[in-house]
Order: sequence, then structure tokens, then C-alpha cells
Amino acid sequence: MTVNAYPVLDVRVRRKAFSGSEVLRDVHLQLQEGECVTLVGASGCGKSTLLRIAAGLERDYEGQVRLDGQVTAGPTRDIRFVFQEPRLFPWLSVARNVAFDGDGSADAARVEQLLDEVGLAGFGARLPKELSGGQAQRVAIARGLFVQPRVLLLDEPFSAVDAFTRLKLQELLLRVARAHRIAVLMVTHDIDEAVYLGDRVLVFEASPGRITASIAVDVPQPRDRDGPAVGATIAAVRQALQRAHAF
Amino acid sequence: MRLGWVAAHLLPPPSEIAHTLLALAGQGLAGHVLVSTARVLAGFVAGAGLAIALGVWVGLSRRAEAVLDPSFQALRAIPSLAWVPLLLLWLGIDEGAKLALIAIGAFFPVYMGVASGLRDVDRKLVEVAEMAGLKPIALARRVLLPAALPAVWTGLRNGLSLAWMFMVAAELIAATRGLGYLLTDGRETGRADIVLAAIVLLALMGKLTDSGMQVLENRWLSWRDTVATR
Repeated sequence: MTVNAYPVLDVRVRRKAFSGSEVLRDVHLQLQEGECVTLVGASGCGKSTLLRIAAGLERDYEGQVRLDGQVTAGPTRDIRFVFQEPRLFPWLSVARNVAFDGDGSADAARVEQLLDEVGLAGFGARLPKELSGGQAQRVAIARGLFVQPRVLLLDEPFSAVDAFTRLKLQELLLRVARAHRIAVLMVTHDIDEAVYLGDRVLVFEASPGRITASIAVDVPQPRDRDGPAVGATIAAVRQALQRAHAF
Repeated sequence: MRLGWVAAHLLPPPSEIAHTLLALAGQGLAGHVLVSTARVLAGFVAGAGLAIALGVWVGLSRRAEAVLDPSFQALRAIPSLAWVPLLLLWLGIDEGAKLALIAIGAFFPVYMGVASGLRDVDRKLVEVAEMAGLKPIALARRVLLPAALPAVWTGLRNGLSLAWMFMVAAELIAATRGLGYLLTDGRETGRADIVLAAIVLLALMGKLTDSGMQVLENRWLSWRDTVATR
């Protein structure tokens, strides 16, 4: 039996700049198998850029991304991205959107199983325009799971839905990540969400973007959102965030 | 007209135009309509086909855009009738010159629709395709072309209506059959009723083909989340 000595994802950015202004400096981040790490920080502090680098969408930076110890060059099937907006192809049915990463041989059974998992059984034939925002984002999550990735990157995926839908989507994310043993790296503006979902919460500082604090959430899942342990961690994250941004 | 305000030989009443249409129907009117329609379709297919090919090339290749697009924009600015002497010199007064003129008319709206449609594809959707690891050809087929289709379709519809216009221009110059010929014939024989009958038919045919395009649009573009497809 071989033990995987490498973290599933290892992102190291020495420097990333957009037209001269530095957005990331010396950021190092590791993701263990099945781990959920959340990133919080003010807008424009480079969190999304870090995610895009990890996804392989951003290639002009100093540093490297390793997947199981192997340096990646560009997007790979082992890493999927769920964007802030659902980004479904409007001309494709829900089922075809989910199976977009497939090789064309529409795997109907797998699509139906994924739709069932995200609570949209029977929605396969619908067009994206017939979905609500929360439903569309669930389709986007199903699409992210379709190729059985090792890592799921999410960039504020629940920021555009109402509070109740957001709670349900958080439960959904925890459930599917555990069921598929996927490591999750998620950017969020919501401290409660970061603590509730994350095994670790990374606090970002702005200009240049850097990780200033890594706060472990030592509360076993399933967590009590209103419990004292979660509450104490939320307070710790908030204080770290305030120090980082000196409000 | 009944009151004698306008001379009936200049602006005949609708009843007389209907009469003329019926009379013409007995004298090969269907043939005129058919000839004109065939010219429009042949010219449109040629012009639009070329426009789609070149539009895709310009829309997908930065280099092709830099080389070709300025030339096309300059050519587009030329009034249609300026082509007529040149086409007559090159192709004679035969069918070739007419079809070429119609094709030129159809080309530019379609070209603009394809090229701009491809340029305006949402970067966010392209990123999803990039994450899926699509190669350039698959990217064009599965994402860029479907995303550009609404703009392409608008171009095709404009191209078709321009093809009708250019058909009349072509037939006015030299033709022995067709709706444009009827217009000339009516003018030369002082028959305003024939001119108006031809105009009515042009309006009818233009509307008919455009409605056909619209039916196809509703079928193929029903996925759009717009006011029209609500």
C-alpha cells in the first residue's frame, strides 16, 4: 500500500501582477484529499485570481500549481471550477450542460444521478432560462462533479441566491464533496459560511494579496451553525480579518 | 381618386391594381415572380455562404481580422449601384452580373453578423469551455458558433431583404423577365397599375421570405432568454 505523500493540490505563487500592480505575493496553499478550505478577504485582494491560477485559467504568473506533486500546465480534468455565476450554456438543455465535459457520448444515467444528487431529478430536458438562480447554480455544481474531479474550486458560488437557498446549497456542497471525496477550495465573502464549511479558513490581506492567517475549524461535521464552537471560530476569523484590513 | 383629386392613370385605385394582377396572372406573372425569386435565392445563397466562411475566419483569427476586416469595411461603404458598371463590364448583361450584384448585397450584412457575433461571445462561457479542455475546432463548433447564432441570424435576415432590393436594381438595368422587368415595362408603357402591382408583389415576397426566416429563428433560437422568447 502506498501512501500519497503529496497534497492533492499545491499552489505556490511568488508573484502575480496585472499591468504592473501586484495582486499576489508569496502565497502558498495546500489542499489535502477531501479537505475543505475557505478563503475570506476584502474585495479585490486577489482571492479570485488565486483560484483562477489554481484552475489553470491564469497562466501569466510566477510560481507553479502541482496536482498530486505533478506540475500542471493549463486546465486539467482533475480540477473543476464553479463560478460566481452559473455560466450554463443557454442553448443546451440542463442534461447537456451537466455532460458538457463529456466526450459527446451523453452518459444519461450518470447525468440523471448527478441531477438527483443536487435535487433536480427530472430537470434534464429544461433550458437554463427556465431555472431559478439557485437551480442554475446547482446545475453548475452537477457539471463540476461530472468528470469526477479531485478538486472543486468555487468562487463565491452562493453570493447571488437568497439566504435560505444559500443554506441549502451549503449543505448540498458538503454532502457531494464528502460523497465524491473531493477537496474543496472556496472563496466567500460570508464569514459564517467560511467557518461552517471549512476545515481551515484562510484570511487574505490586500495589496499585495497574501495569506495572513490560517484558522483551523476544529469542530467535527455535522456542525451546529449556532453552537459555541462555531461561534468562537467565527469571532476569531472576524478579528483576523479586521487586523488584516485595519478597518 | 374617385373624387378626381389624383389622375387615375398615375395612381390607380386598389381595385384596378387587383384587376391588373389578375390579368397579368394569365400572362405569365408567376413566371416573373419565379425568376426573381430564383435570382434572389441563388444570389443570397452565394453571398451569404461566402460571408459566413469569411466571417468565421475573421471572427476567429486575430490576424485575419487585422488583414481583411478594414478592406471589407471599406467595400461595405460603396453604394450598391457603383458596382453596376463594373459588373456589366466584367460579366456582361447576362445572369452572372445580376447574381453577383445580389450576392454583394447579401454579403455585407451576413459578414457583419458573423464576425461581430463571434467577437462578442461572452468570455465567461469561453472560460467554461477552456476548463473543459476544448480544442479550437471543438470550441468553435460547440461554443462560439451557437453563441454567435443570434447575431448571425440577424445578419441573414438583413442580407435576405437586401438581396431583394439588389435584385430589383439588377433587373431594372437589364432584364427580360422578373419583377424588376415589370417595373421597367410599366414605366415605359405608362402603366402605373403594372408598376404598383409589381411593387405590391415585391412587398409580399419580401415579407413572405422574411416570415420564413422568422419561423426558423423561433425554432432554432428558442433558447434565448429575451423579451421575444419569454
